[in-house]
Amino acid sequence: MNAVQPFEGIGASVRRKEDFRFLQGRGMYTDDINRPGQTHAFILRSPHAHATIQGIDTAAAKAMPGVLAVFTSADMTAIGGIPCGWQIHNKDGTPMAEPKHPVLAEGKVRHVGDPVAVVVAETRAQARDAAEAIVVDYAPLQGVSSTEAAIAPGAPAVHDGVAGNLCYDWHIGDKATTDAAFAKAAKVVKFSTTNNRLVPNAMEPRAAIGEFDAMSGDYTLYTTSQNPHVIRLLMGAFVLSIPESKLRVVAPDVGGGFGSKIYHYAEEAIVTWASAKVKRPIKWTADRTESFMSDAHGRDHVSTAELALDTDGKILGLKVHTLANMGAYLSTFAPCVPTYLYATLLSGVYATPVIYAEVKAVFTNTVPVDAYRGAGRPEATYLLERLMDVAAREIGMDRVEFRKKNFIPTAAFPYQTPVALQYDSGDYFSTLAGALETSGWATFEERRSEAKARGKLRGIGISTYVEACGIAPSAVVGSLGARAGLYEVGTIRVHPTGSVTVLTGTHSHGQGHETTLAQLVADKLGVPMANIDIVHGDTAKVPFGMGTYGSRSLAVGGSAMDKAMDKIIAKGKRIAAHLMEASVDDVEFERGTFRVAGTDKTKSLTDISLAAYVPHNYPIDEIEPGLDETAFYDPKNFTYPGGCHICEVEIDPDTGKVSVMGFTAVDDVGRVINPMIVEGQVQGGVAQGIGQALLEAAIYDADGQLISGSMMDYTMPRADDLAPVSVATHTTLCTHNPLGVKGCGEVGAIGSPPAVMNAVVDALRDFGVNHVEMPATPAKIWNIINGHRMAAE
Amino acid sequence: MPQVSLTVNGTKHTVEVEARTLLVELLREKLRLTGTHVGCDTSQCGACVVHMGGDSIKSCTILAVQCEGADVTTIEGLAAADGTLHPMQEAFREYHALQCGFCTPGMVMSAIDLVNKHPDGMSEKEIREGLEGNLCRCTGYHNIVKAIAAASDVMQGRTAELTPAAAE
Repeated sequence: MNAVQPFEGIGASVRRKEDFRFLQGRGMYTDDINRPGQTHAFILRSPHAHATIQGIDTAAAKAMPGVLAVFTSADMTAIGGIPCGWQIHNKDGTPMAEPKHPVLAEGKVRHVGDPVAVVVAETRAQARDAAEAIVVDYAPLQGVSSTEAAIAPGAPAVHDGVAGNLCYDWHIGDKATTDAAFAKAAKVVKFSTTNNRLVPNAMEPRAAIGEFDAMSGDYTLYTTSQNPHVIRLLMGAFVLSIPESKLRVVAPDVGGGFGSKIYHYAEEAIVTWASAKVKRPIKWTADRTESFMSDAHGRDHVSTAELALDTDGKILGLKVHTLANMGAYLSTFAPCVPTYLYATLLSGVYATPVIYAEVKAVFTNTVPVDAYRGAGRPEATYLLERLMDVAAREIGMDRVEFRKKNFIPTAAFPYQTPVALQYDSGDYFSTLAGALETSGWATFEERRSEAKARGKLRGIGISTYVEACGIAPSAVVGSLGARAGLYEVGTIRVHPTGSVTVLTGTHSHGQGHETTLAQLVADKLGVPMANIDIVHGDTAKVPFGMGTYGSRSLAVGGSAMDKAMDKIIAKGKRIAAHLMEASVDDVEFERGTFRVAGTDKTKSLTDISLAAYVPHNYPIDEIEPGLDETAFYDPKNFTYPGGCHICEVEIDPDTGKVSVMGFTAVDDVGRVINPMIVEGQVQGGVAQGIGQALLEAAIYDADGQLISGSMMDYTMPRADDLAPVSVATHTTLCTHNPLGVKGCGEVGAIGSPPAVMNAVVDALRDFGVNHVEMPATPAKIWNIINGHRMAAE
Repeated sequence: MPQVSLTVNGTKHTVEVEARTLLVELLREKLRLTGTHVGCDTSQCGACVVHMGGDSIKSCTILAVQCEGADVTTIEGLAAADGTLHPMQEAFREYHALQCGFCTPGMVMSAIDLVNKHPDGMSEKEIREGLEGNLCRCTGYHNIVKAIAAASDVMQGRTAELTPAAAE
C-alpha cells in the first residue's frame, strides 16, 4: 500500500470526495428515489390558525381518478402522538405541559399548515387534485401568534388544559445572590429586544418515502433526516409501535438541514403507516409553501436583560427574563432550546459572578419552533452582545475596552460559569486582537469620514462570543431532561487488503463528512483517502447513532471513530507482535506501519489486515480473526468554540438600505481538520447571521395567519446581499476529547447577528438611536432616519 | 395525452405528458434525470435551472409542451464522455463552492450561462448580481463567486488552467 500523502491528513484542505456526484447531478436525495409500484401522498393542511373540525367529508376525494386512499385521524386511532425528546421542569419542580401532538389533527387545528388529511394516489397531481375535493367543516376560533399575547389574561387557549398557554416557567442561577449584586451596583443597564423568528429554508424541501414488505413485515422509511436512528427510535417506539428490527430508516443525500431536519415529523409516520394500508410504497415531497408552514421554525424570543456594573465598569451580575415561543406543539428538541442551549450561555465570554435567568415557554397558534442553526446560542449571544454595547455607551466606556475588562482571563480555564457550564479552554483576547487587526478597527474613523463625504452613514460593530456544542454528556443531558443519550458510534472496518470502511452514526447534509472523517483515518491509520469510504445515514448499515446537530459530528462522532481506531491499532499490535515474534509491548504504530521498537522490523497495516482475515499464521486461540472495531463515545463535556466577529456597514440615508461592506471572523474551533471546509462552514453561518440581522423574518398576523409564507414574501439572502467574509482561526485545543476539536458548524450564525446590529446602531449614532430591532430592513431604517429629520425640523 | 419531442443532453426523446406537466417534471419523472432539483414553487430558488438552446431557464417555469423541438442540457450533460468535468464543475470543486449540493446543479448551469453572456469577464459585483436568481443556504455564496470568476478565466481563455484556490 502507498504511504499516506502528507496533504491528506489533519490540517490539509483536501478537496471534497462527495463533490464529484453533486457536481454531476448524481446525488441521491430522497425525492430522487423511486421505488417499484410507488404511489404519492398529498397532505391537506389547515388554512386556519385555530379552528375546530366539525366534520371531514372525504367521499368525493376517494372517488377521484387515481386515488387509492384518503386517511384522517379517525383512521389512525391506534397510533401514538409525536413525542417530545426533552422534558423541562418548572420552577416548582413540576413537569412542563406536554399536550398531545397528533399525527393528523384530532378535532382541532392549531396552526396554519397543521396536517388534516392525507390522500394517496397514483400520481402527485392526482393526490393534489383529490385533496381539493375533501370538504373540511371548520369552525374558526380566535388564534394567537405572539408570546406576549398568548400569556395575557383571556388569551385563546391553544390546548385545552394548558392554563395560560404556559408550557413551562423555568429558571436557572441564584436569584438571591443576583439580587444582592444588583443592590450593590453603581449602575444598572436595562435592555429589551425581540429575536426575530426565522424559517430554516434548507434548499431541499423535506420528503419521505414509506415502504412495507408484507412478506417480512419490514418497514423502510427514506427521509430527509439529520439523524435516521433517532427517527427510528421516536417513530418506531412512540408513534407506530414498530420494533427497531422491523424498521429501517434511510437518510440518503440530504440537501441542508440546519436543525430543521432533526425532528420527527408527522409526514414520516404518515407514509410509513399508510404504506402498509395501501400495500405499496408512498412518496411525499413538500413543496416550498409546505416547508414554510410545516418545517420547525427558529428563534422567536422576547427578552429583557439587566446588567449590574460597579464604578469601574466591571460586571457584577446579570438578570434575564425571556418569553420563548414553542408554537402550537412541542417539536422534538424544542423545550431545551430556550433553556439549556440558551440561558446556560448567558455568561458569554465574561466573568459574570452571578446570573439569574427566567424563561417562560408559551404555546401559540404558529408552526412549532425548535433548534435552528445555532439554537438558543444565537439568541443568548445577540442579547448579551447588544447589551454590552448599550452598557458601554451608557457608562461612556469604549466598547472594546469594556469587553476586555470583563473577559474571562485566559489563565482562568477551566472556568465555571454561574449558569451550569464549565468552559474547558479559550483565549478571547487573541481572537479579539486578531479580528481588530484584520478588520482595520483602528482606522475605521477614516472610513466613516470618507463615507460621510459621499453622503453615506458608515458603522462598525463587534461581537465577542462563546457557544456550547458537541452535545453532549449523556448523564448531564439526562439530568437536564433529555430523554436520550447523546453519545456517538463509530465503526472502523479494515478490509483484508487494507482499504477502510467507516460506519458513523453522524450524518452529513453539507458538512463534508465523507472528506473530513476520512482525513481522520488517513492521518491516524495512514490509509490513502481514495481507500477510505464513509458510510452514514442508514440504520441497516450503521450500528447506531444520534446524528448530526449542535456541531457534534467531529467532536463526538470523530472521537468515537478515534476510539475505534485505537482498538484497531491495539489488536493490530497483537497480530504484528505474533508475526514479528516480538513482545506486544515493543510494537509501535505510526501511520500505517507497525514496528518493533528500535529495529527495522516492520509490518504494514495491510500485512496485518490480511493476516487477520486469512489467519493461517495467527494466534487464533488468543485473538479473534478480523479487523473490525466499533466504539461508542460519550463526551465528557460540551465543547466551547468562541471568537470575535466584526462587521462594517454602510447605510444609504435616502433609501435606508444597509449594505455590508466587510465582515471579519476570527474563531477558535479547536483543532482544524480541513481548513477549507471550516472556512466554508463559517462563511455560510455568517450569511445566515447577516440574513437574520438585515433581511429575514417569519411574520404572522396577530391571529396566527402566516404572512411570509413563500420565498416571494420571506427575504432569503442572495449573493448580492452579502459581502466577502474574512475567516481566520485561532486554536486552543478542546481538553477533553481525543481530537482536541470543538466544532465549527454554528459559530458563524451565533457570533454574527450582534456584530451586524452593533454596526447598524453605530452607523446611526448621530440620530440618537440606541437600538434597532432585527431585521434592519430599508423601511425600518428609513423611518428612523426620516423621523429624526422631521423631529429636527 | 399530449406528446412532446425534445433533445436532452444530445438524446432525442418523445414523451407523453399531461398538459400541465412542467419541464422539470418531465426531466425528473419521465427521463429520471434527477440532477435538476426543485427547491421552491415560486421561481425564486434556481435549483431547477437548465439550458435550452444555450440559454439558462428555470425548468419549473415552463410547460413541457412548450419545449417541442427544444435542445435541453441538464447538469448530467455537462461533463465530457470520458468523465472530464466542465471547467465550471471543476472550479466549484476547487473553490469549495458547494456544501449540501442541492442548489449546485442550478447554480452551475446559471453560472455557465452568465459567463457565456459576459465574454470579457465580470467584476465580483457583476457575478453577485448575476446570481440573483439562484439561492444557496449553505455557503454564503462567497466561494461560488470565486469559483465563477476562476472558471470564466478558463472558459474564455484568459488562463490555460484553473487557478488553484489560495493555499491555507
